[in-house]
Amino acid sequence: MGPVLAGVLQILALMGALALVYIPLGTYMARVYSSRRHLRVERWLYKGIGADPDAEMAWPAYLRALLAFSAVSVLFLYLLQRLQGVLPGSPGFASVSPAQSFNTAVSFVTNTNWQSYSGEQTMGHVVQTAGLAVQNFVSAAVGMAVAVALVRGFSRSRTGELGNFWSDLVRGTLRVLLPVAAVAAVVLVACGTIQNFSGIHEVGQFMGGTQQWNGGAVASQEAIKELGTNGGGYFNANSAHPFENPTPFTNLLEIFLILVIPFSLTRTFGVLTGSARQGYAVLATMATIWLGFTALMMATEFAHHGPALQAAGGALEGKEVRFGVGGSSIFAVATTLTSTGAVDSFHSSFTGLGGGITMLGMMLGEIAPGGVGSGLYGILIMAVIAVFIAGLMVGRTPEYLGKKIGAREMKLAACYILVTPALVLVFTAASMALPTPPHSALNPGAHGFSEVLYAFTSAANNNGSAFAGLNANTDWFNTMTGLAMLFGRFVPMVFVLALAGSLAGQRPVPVTAGTLRTEKPLFTGLLVGAILIITGLTYFPALALGPLAEGLA
Amino acid sequence: MTNPFANTARLLTAGLRALIVLTVLTGVVYPLALTGVAQGLFPHQANGSEIRSHGKVVGSSLIGQQGYGLAYFQPRPAGGLAGNTLNTRYRLEVSGATNLAADNPKLVRAVEAAKAKIVKDNSVPGYTVRPSQVPADAVTSSGSGLDPDISPAYADLQIHRVAARNGLPVAEVDKLVEEHTTGRTLGFIGEPRVNVLELNTALRSLVAKG
Repeated sequence: MGPVLAGVLQILALMGALALVYIPLGTYMARVYSSRRHLRVERWLYKGIGADPDAEMAWPAYLRALLAFSAVSVLFLYLLQRLQGVLPGSPGFASVSPAQSFNTAVSFVTNTNWQSYSGEQTMGHVVQTAGLAVQNFVSAAVGMAVAVALVRGFSRSRTGELGNFWSDLVRGTLRVLLPVAAVAAVVLVACGTIQNFSGIHEVGQFMGGTQQWNGGAVASQEAIKELGTNGGGYFNANSAHPFENPTPFTNLLEIFLILVIPFSLTRTFGVLTGSARQGYAVLATMATIWLGFTALMMATEFAHHGPALQAAGGALEGKEVRFGVGGSSIFAVATTLTSTGAVDSFHSSFTGLGGGITMLGMMLGEIAPGGVGSGLYGILIMAVIAVFIAGLMVGRTPEYLGKKIGAREMKLAACYILVTPALVLVFTAASMALPTPPHSALNPGAHGFSEVLYAFTSAANNNGSAFAGLNANTDWFNTMTGLAMLFGRFVPMVFVLALAGSLAGQRPVPVTAGTLRTEKPLFTGLLVGAILIITGLTYFPALALGPLAEGLA
Repeated sequence: MTNPFANTARLLTAGLRALIVLTVLTGVVYPLALTGVAQGLFPHQANGSEIRSHGKVVGSSLIGQQGYGLAYFQPRPAGGLAGNTLNTRYRLEVSGATNLAADNPKLVRAVEAAKAKIVKDNSVPGYTVRPSQVPADAVTSSGSGLDPDISPAYADLQIHRVAARNGLPVAEVDKLVEEHTTGRTLGFIGEPRVNVLELNTALRSLVAKG
C-alpha cells in the first residue's frame, strides 16, 4: 500500500468514527443543555459560585456574566505566571515577563492558545496544570455556551431569555468535556503519552552521559487541548513531540478529538431546533469544506513543490516519520479549520500552497467544523447571511428557522463577519509598515510576509498555530497579537448574543410555499458558496502577496 | 436598579468563585486522579517509556537521540532542536522544527549537504550509494527534533556501513533491521518506520555477543 492510499484510508476511518458518535454525542449534548435536573456535584459548584442556575438571563446579562468570568480568568492566569518564581511546585522556573504573561493569559482564555513561549523551559507544573489546562476546559465551555445561547435564540419565541450562563458553563465542563477528556487521556497514556509529576530529572543516554527531561501532567492536558480545540502544547513542538503524540494511532485519535464536538454540535442544533435535517444541512456544509481542504492539502504536500522539498525528494521537513505526509496533512487541515492550532508538523515548512491552505482555513472564520461552540455560531451567522443573499435574489424577506432576518439581525451578522478580517488586515499592515516588527520574520521574501499574516490570522481567529519561525516574543507581537485575540474572541460574541436575544424575542413566522428550504442540498451549496466567496474576496489580496506568491513561483 | 458598580463587583465575585471551583475540579482533581490511574495502570508509559541496555537506562523509545557514531544507525537531522535559553540552571532540550520555508536557500543547502554526507558515509567498498537512493526523511529535520524513527529505506541504506564498521555479516544486520521495522498500525495508520534507539540497542547487544 502506498502512502497516498494509506492517507485516504485514514480519512475514511476518521469519517467512520465521527459518524458513529455523531447522533449519540449530539443528542446527549442537546439533553445536557436542556435538562432541568442538576447533578449533586453541580449543586455544590453552584453553591460555590453563589449563582442560581435556574435564573434565566436576557442577552445583556448572559454577556456580562461571560465577560466577568473571562476577565477574572485573564487576571488570574496573568498573576499565576507573574508569580511563578515564588510559587511552589514549579521546579524553580522564573516568573514570566509582563508582556508574555499578558499574551499567554489572553491566549488561553480566548481559546486561542497562541504561544510565544516554549513550554518545556518556561512554564512549571502549577501554571501548566492549574492555570493553562483549566482554561482549556472552561474557554471551550464558554464557546459552547455562546453557541447554545444562539441556538436557543432560534428555538425560543417571544422571550428575551437565553438560559443561564453559569449553568451552561458548568454543564459543558462537567458533563461533556471532563468525561470525554478523561477517557481519551487514559488511552493516550496507554500509548505512551507521559503523565507524572517527576519534575525535571536526569535520564541516561545511549552514547553515555545523561539528558534532562521534563515530567508533567501531559496526557491530561493533551486530551482537553484537542477536545476543547485549544491547541496549546505542553512542549514547544506541540503534538509533534513524541511525549504528547507518541504513535500514528494517537495522531488519528487526536484529530478525532479535535473534530468530534464541533461536528456533533450540528446534531445538538438540529435536536434543539426540532429539525434534525437543519442540522444535517449545516453538517454537510462543514463536511464539504473540510473534505475539500483535506484533499487539496494531501495533493499539494504529496506533490512537494518548492526547491528544498524537491531536493529532498519529499515534503518531510517539519514532519515526523511516524505520521508521514498523509497523517500530517489531515492534522494540519483539522487544526486550522477548527480553532485548535495544535500541530503535529510545522506549517512553515509545508509547500507554499499547503501553507496557504492552513491560512485560508482560519480565514474562513473556522467554521468547518470550527472551534468547540465557535464553529457552530460562526456557521450559523454565515447561514443568516446566505439566507439574506437568497432573499435578495428572489425579493422576499429572508427568514431562517422560522425567524425573520430583518435589518437589526443583518446589521449584527454583518458586524460579526467584519471584525476578524479588520483585525487581521490592519494589524498585519501595521506590522509590515513599521520599521522593527518585520525583523521578527525568519524566512526571506513572500514567506516572511506570510509569517506575519499567519500570526494575526491565527490570533484574530483564535486558532493559535503559527508559521513558527516568527520571533513572536517581542513587546510588539505579544501586545498586538494579545489584542487581536481579545477582540477577535469577545467582540464577535457580543454580536452573536445580541442576535440571539433579538431572535428569541421574535414570534415565529409560519412556513409557506415561498419559504427558502434551508434543510435542502441547494441551501448547503449556497452556504458553501457564500462562505468561500465572502472570505475569498476579503483576503485574496493578502493571500496573493504571501502563500500564492510562494506557491506559484 | 441597584448601583452599577455594586453590580459589576457582584458579577466579578461570581466569576472569581466560578474560576476557583472549576480550577479545583479541572486543575487539581482531574490531573491528580488521572496521574493516579496512569501510574497504576501504565507506569512504564506514564514515566516516559524508558528502555534499558545491560541494566542501564539508555533513553526513551519515544525520544530520538543525536550523536551516535558512524558504527551505529544514524537518526534524522534535528535542525530545530535547541538548548534552553531560560531557566539555565537546567540543561533542557527545547523541542522544535527549523521552520525554514520550502523556498529558503538555507534549507536547500542544508538538504544538499546532508544528502552528500549520507552518500559519502554510506558508500563502502562493494556498495555505492546513489543520491537518488537517499529518502526524504534522511535529509530533513523532523517537527519535534526528537523523531525517534527513520524510514525503512534510510535504515536499509545504512546496513552496509554498519556491518562493515562492526565487522558483522551484511545479512545479519539486514535481519536486525527487518526485525525492528514496524509497519502501519492496522495496515493503514501512519507510515512504516524503524526505531533508531531500539535498533542501536539491539545492534550493541549483537556486537557484544560477538
